[in-house]
Amino acid sequence: MTTASVDNGVNVEHLLGARQALSEAPEAAQFTWKATNEWLNGTHSRSSVDSYYGLGEEHQHRSTFSFEADHPLVFGAEDNAATPVELVLAGLASCLTAGVAAVAQNRDIQLRSVKATLEGNMDILGILGGDPDVRNGFDSVKVSYDIDADATADEIRALVAQSQKRSAVYDIITNPTNVTVEVN
Amino acid sequence: MRTTTVVVGAGHCGLAVSRHLAERSIDHVVLERGEVANSWRTQRWDSLRLLTPNWQSRLPGYSYQSHGGTDPDGYMTMPEVIEFISDYARVIDAPVRTGTTVTSVRPSGAGYIVDTDRGRWECTTVVLATGGFNVAKVPELGGSPPAPVTALSAFEYRNPDRLAPGGVLVVGASATGVQIADEVHRSGRPVTVAVGEHVRMPRLYRGRDTLWWMERSGLFDERYDEVDDVVRVRKTPSPQLVGTPDRITLDLNALTDQGVRLVGRLAALRGTEALLSGSLANKCELADLKLGRLLDTFDEWAGERSLDTVGPPERFAPTRVPDSPPLSLDLARGDIRTIIWATGFKPEYQWLDVPVIDRKGQIRHDGGVVTESPGMYLIGLNFLRRRKSSFICGASDDSRDLVSHLVRHLDSLVAA
Repeated sequence: MTTASVDNGVNVEHLLGARQALSEAPEAAQFTWKATNEWLNGTHSRSSVDSYYGLGEEHQHRSTFSFEADHPLVFGAEDNAATPVELVLAGLASCLTAGVAAVAQNRDIQLRSVKATLEGNMDILGILGGDPDVRNGFDSVKVSYDIDADATADEIRALVAQSQKRSAVYDIITNPTNVTVEVN
Repeated sequence: MRTTTVVVGAGHCGLAVSRHLAERSIDHVVLERGEVANSWRTQRWDSLRLLTPNWQSRLPGYSYQSHGGTDPDGYMTMPEVIEFISDYARVIDAPVRTGTTVTSVRPSGAGYIVDTDRGRWECTTVVLATGGFNVAKVPELGGSPPAPVTALSAFEYRNPDRLAPGGVLVVGASATGVQIADEVHRSGRPVTVAVGEHVRMPRLYRGRDTLWWMERSGLFDERYDEVDDVVRVRKTPSPQLVGTPDRITLDLNALTDQGVRLVGRLAALRGTEALLSGSLANKCELADLKLGRLLDTFDEWAGERSLDTVGPPERFAPTRVPDSPPLSLDLARGDIRTIIWATGFKPEYQWLDVPVIDRKGQIRHDGGVVTESPGMYLIGLNFLRRRKSSFICGASDDSRDLVSHLVRHLDSLVAA
C-alpha cells in the first residue's frame, strides 16, 4: 500500500499489524501509562516517565524522560518551566501531529512540513477562586495547522480531521474522564 | 419435522432466500415469530418511510413495477412496505410458518436442530435472516437520566404526541436521529441533537436521488472483500437521508435552519448532568469532507460517460457548527423532558447455541457464510457482502450468492 517514494518516517505496517494482532488478543491491548511527580519548591515540580505497561508486560522507555513545570512571574512564581496547562497544549499538539504523520503515511501523502500553533483560553478567576461560575480549565482550545504536503487542500484537511478522530489526547480533552486522586 | 433448509425470519431477506431455494428445488421452511415483515409492522415509528426510492425496491423475481407501483421516485410508507413484502411472499408462494418463534438453533451431526415454540425442525442447512436491527444500542454512560426525564429508544418511539410536552434530547444524528429530531421539533417540542460520527448525504445530487448515484456508479455493489477495512465500513452509521414526498435533504444544516440545537456527542451522565463532547466541529468536518469525496467519486464516474440526464456538479455549504456549543446539559432543570436514543441497533442471537459468537456478541462470518459452522448462513446485515446489503435491493445478490454456496455445501455432503 505504501509506495517507496512516500516516507514520513512512520512505520504504518507495524501499526496495522499491531491492530490486527490486538483485535484477536484484546487483553494485550490493555495499556497503563505512568508518570511520577515530585515537588521541588514553590509551584515548581518535576515529572518523570520511565516505564509503561502493555502487551501483557512492563516496558522501559529507552531513557527516563523528565518534564518540569512551574507558574509564571505574573502569578508571583519563579517561571522555572512551562505551566502545566501549557504542557497539556504540548501534549495535544504532539498527539495530533503524530496522527497527521501516520495518516499521511497510510494515505501515501508525503509531508514536507507540519507546524501547529495552539492557544488555550482561560479565565483565571476560576483557579483563583474569584468567581464560582468560572471553570478552572480552558474555555476553549484552538489549534491551527500549517502543512506543506503533496496533497490537495481537502486531502490535508482530511488528514487533520482524521488525526483528531484517532487522537488520545484530543479525546482526553474533549470528553470527561473519571479521575481518582488518593493519598497514601 | 425434517427439511433441508430452515430459514429463520420472513422479512425481505428470508423471502429472497426462499425464492432462490425454491428455484433450486430445495425443500425448506421459513419460520417467522410474528407475521411476514414483522419488524416493519411492530418496530418502526408511524411516519417512517423507506430511505430508498420505490424503483429501487426489488427482490428476486419481483419489482416495484410488477407490484403495480405507479410512483417510482417516491418512498414507501410502512404500510406500503408491509404490503410489498407480504405480496412478495404470496407471489413466490413462500413456505412461511408464521407465529413460530425459534427458541434454539444448535448443531447436530452434519446439520442442525431448530427448536421452536411449535415443535422441532431437523435440517441440513440453516439461514439466519433475523435482521440487523433486533435491539437498540444504548451507550454505557455511567449513569441513568434523573427522574423528570423519560428515556426511550427509537424502537419505542412512535410519534411526538406520545412524548411529554417540553424539550427533547435526541442522541445520535444518523438517519433515525435526524428524522426523529425533525418530526419532534415540528411538534413544538424544542429539540437538541447530540451529534457524534455521522454520514452526511443530500437527498438529490445533480437532480438525481443520491441512491441512484450509489447504484449506477457501482458503489452499492462494492464487495466486502474489496474494501480496505471491512470492520469499519460495517460500523458506518446510516446516512442522513429521509424519504419524503418532496424529496427534502435532512442534514444538520436543515435541522439548524429549523431551530434545532446541535451539541457534541453525549459522553457521560454524571449526577443530573449530561456531559457532552467538545468534538462537534471535528465530527462535522469529517462528515463534510467525506461527502466531498463521495461527490467527487460521482462526478468522476459521470465525467467518464456522457450523461445528459443529470444536472451540473454541485457542492454543499459546510455544516454550520455553533461557536461554543454547551459541554453539559442539566437534566434536572426540567427543560429537557425526554431523551430518545437514536444510537443504532444491533442483531441479537441469544437463541443461537452454536459457538460462532465473537466477544461483541456478533457472529463471525465471511460474507454471510458462517465458515466455522458449515451449512449455516447469515443475511441482512450492514455490508454483509456488498455496500447495499442492508438495503432492500441488496437482498437479491446476497441471497443468490449464499444459496449458491449452500447448494455446493449440500452437494459436497452427497459426494462424501
